[in-house]
Amino acid sequence: MDLHWLPRHTEWNQALRRVRALPAQDAVPQLVQLANCSLDFLQTARIGAVLSSFGAEGLSHLNRCPPLKLALLGSSTLTHLIPAIRVAALRRGFAVEIYVGPYGTYRQELADSSSGLYRFGPDVVLMALDAHHLVAGECPSVEQAIDRMRSCWQLAKEQLHATVIQQTVLPVFHPVIGSNEHRYEMSPHTLVQRINHELRVQSEAEGVFLLSVDHLAQMDGVAAWFNHALWHRSKQEIHLAMTPVYGDHAGRILAALRGISSKCLVLDLDNTLWGGVAGDDGIEGILLGQGHAVGEAYVSLQNYVKSLADRGVILAVCSKNDIANALLPFERHPEMVLRPGDISHFVANWEDKATNLRRIAHALDIGLDSLVFVDDNPFERNLVRQELPMVQVPEMPDDPAMYEVTLAAAGYFEALSITSEDRQRVKLYKENSDRRRLQETSTDMDGYLRSLNMELTWSAFDDASISRVVQLINKSNQFNLTTRRYTQEQVIDLVGNLSVITLQLRLKDIFGDNGLIAVVIGRPQDSETLEIDTWLMSCRVLGRHIEEVTLNLIVEQARRREFRKIAGRYLPTAKNAMVRDHYARLGFQEEVVAGQTGSRWIICIDDYMDRVSFAKTVEIESQRMGGMIDSRTDLHEAH
Amino acid sequence: MTQEQIYTKLTNVFHNVFDDDSIALNPAMTANDVPDWDSLNHVNLIVATEAAFHIKFRTAELESLRDVGQLVEVIAAKTSS
Repeated sequence: MDLHWLPRHTEWNQALRRVRALPAQDAVPQLVQLANCSLDFLQTARIGAVLSSFGAEGLSHLNRCPPLKLALLGSSTLTHLIPAIRVAALRRGFAVEIYVGPYGTYRQELADSSSGLYRFGPDVVLMALDAHHLVAGECPSVEQAIDRMRSCWQLAKEQLHATVIQQTVLPVFHPVIGSNEHRYEMSPHTLVQRINHELRVQSEAEGVFLLSVDHLAQMDGVAAWFNHALWHRSKQEIHLAMTPVYGDHAGRILAALRGISSKCLVLDLDNTLWGGVAGDDGIEGILLGQGHAVGEAYVSLQNYVKSLADRGVILAVCSKNDIANALLPFERHPEMVLRPGDISHFVANWEDKATNLRRIAHALDIGLDSLVFVDDNPFERNLVRQELPMVQVPEMPDDPAMYEVTLAAAGYFEALSITSEDRQRVKLYKENSDRRRLQETSTDMDGYLRSLNMELTWSAFDDASISRVVQLINKSNQFNLTTRRYTQEQVIDLVGNLSVITLQLRLKDIFGDNGLIAVVIGRPQDSETLEIDTWLMSCRVLGRHIEEVTLNLIVEQARRREFRKIAGRYLPTAKNAMVRDHYARLGFQEEVVAGQTGSRWIICIDDYMDRVSFAKTVEIESQRMGGMIDSRTDLHEAH
Repeated sequence: MTQEQIYTKLTNVFHNVFDDDSIALNPAMTANDVPDWDSLNHVNLIVATEAAFHIKFRTAELESLRDVGQLVEVIAAKTSS
């Protein structure tokens, strides 16, 4: 019941203070970024105050369009809504100037062409009539309430030449006799329901748009939106704490009226559209479909995404994957809701996502600011937020069952009507994207990687980590040079074995601990050469130059044991094509031997220079559980 | 909560509500002493105070508040139980 799809800012107060010290032209873009955080009503009011201090001239630095003039008309307190609406517009890159007439005089203002309202000259009139007002009087009726609103609409349209938004009625009244309250025709509770029903018919006929606060109260509970104490104290019908959400919904409609809305939903795949990693777990291993709670949640999410597509939202895919692995579930998985034909542009490769999002926007010929990017991985989300601040990137909750809720609440695709062209759009864009050639663009990856404060801790295999190491060795398919599987016993034999080099690497960054992310096993081939028997890494940390740091560590270990060369081998499988050029990229020379499987690579380490790294490396002590023999016995038994 | 703890937390609420980090609270302080303490900000102040201290004011309690000292007394009574 807050702006939970927006990221939280950890140093919001300091950031606001910094922005306030800037001249307007520098402050406005930063204020837009602050407005794109999850805000409470006080933070919203404070941004509103900064906006007011800039005046009209300061806001001209919002280059999207001239300020929109909005009149807020009603019969109860509305001033608390002003900052929320202005900040919601700012979030979408435009300014709103708001007029609220003298308390309780909206009808006089509309009827009197010399009123403040007429002098203001609004582009849009938002009628925010409270429920008590609409059902007041001796003999309230639906007709009377609708007639009153309709006459206001007509004045606003004909005399003010304004677009009209009518707020639906907040259902604040109790059903007095209980569940069968509808049998009592004069019941305020029943009247509000019937007025809302009739509003949907009449507004359509009059070309008036609705702000459906009754829907919002239905989702969150009326108690969240309306507080009796606040109503009696200050005549605020919309609860102060809900104003950021109210403002955001009003802002969506205003943005849609201005033609500003997101057009394309770009989806990550693994752990976003299904559970697990298609490349590692295989099509039969991913979580998707009935019979498993998480699998059902992903189906439900896909159904929601599909319903967006049915309403004209373009879908695209942006995944770190081999294209074949990424496409397979779309083509073959029996429970996939989304099929290849639903996706207008499909990108699966190992490049950074900012670059790929640029490609998608270019291929579909739409602005980056009309993309919404959904990814379960905070690393990717923050990379995109930093590189492409114009792309909408919702904060995804921990539980995939809530992904759908987050997307629905964020309301990126607010539409005022549905046209037949909307329904055709998916096909249209797919054709365009198929035709268009892609263009390379650059991303400041280095800067981003430095900002992550990555810390790579490493040690030889130890007793404490055995089970995780075994799991990773037997699960990794994609970033795995040799795909050699080892049993727990075989791995235990390596612990403390001085003739082999073992490395286990864990990675921490500002987003948290990624846990064990890479495993290396090196064996002496001869007195000069260390052969890399196993090198594998979790795909979650791809693109962070961990490979380079790992090689630095291997070289360091090899030098300690006085090796002079390192040999690597690539054994191709159906799933590990992504590391085909791994050793070439790291500067190894290929050694062609007739009749061998895969490829073999050599690097001489006498003159090896450390590769560029973005992670600080920290060696940790291997943890041994008591006596070595005892612990081995324990583990054998446990296995 | 001690009076001191309440004043510390309440000062922070005032700073956020009135957007002014220079406000220093004292028991005799009233709306006349803070330039932006109008009726809208008063509602903001009350709702923000309720949220910060996890309490709910009764409508009648708010009617009788005269100064910051009384506000702190009400908070103290509610946070002690």
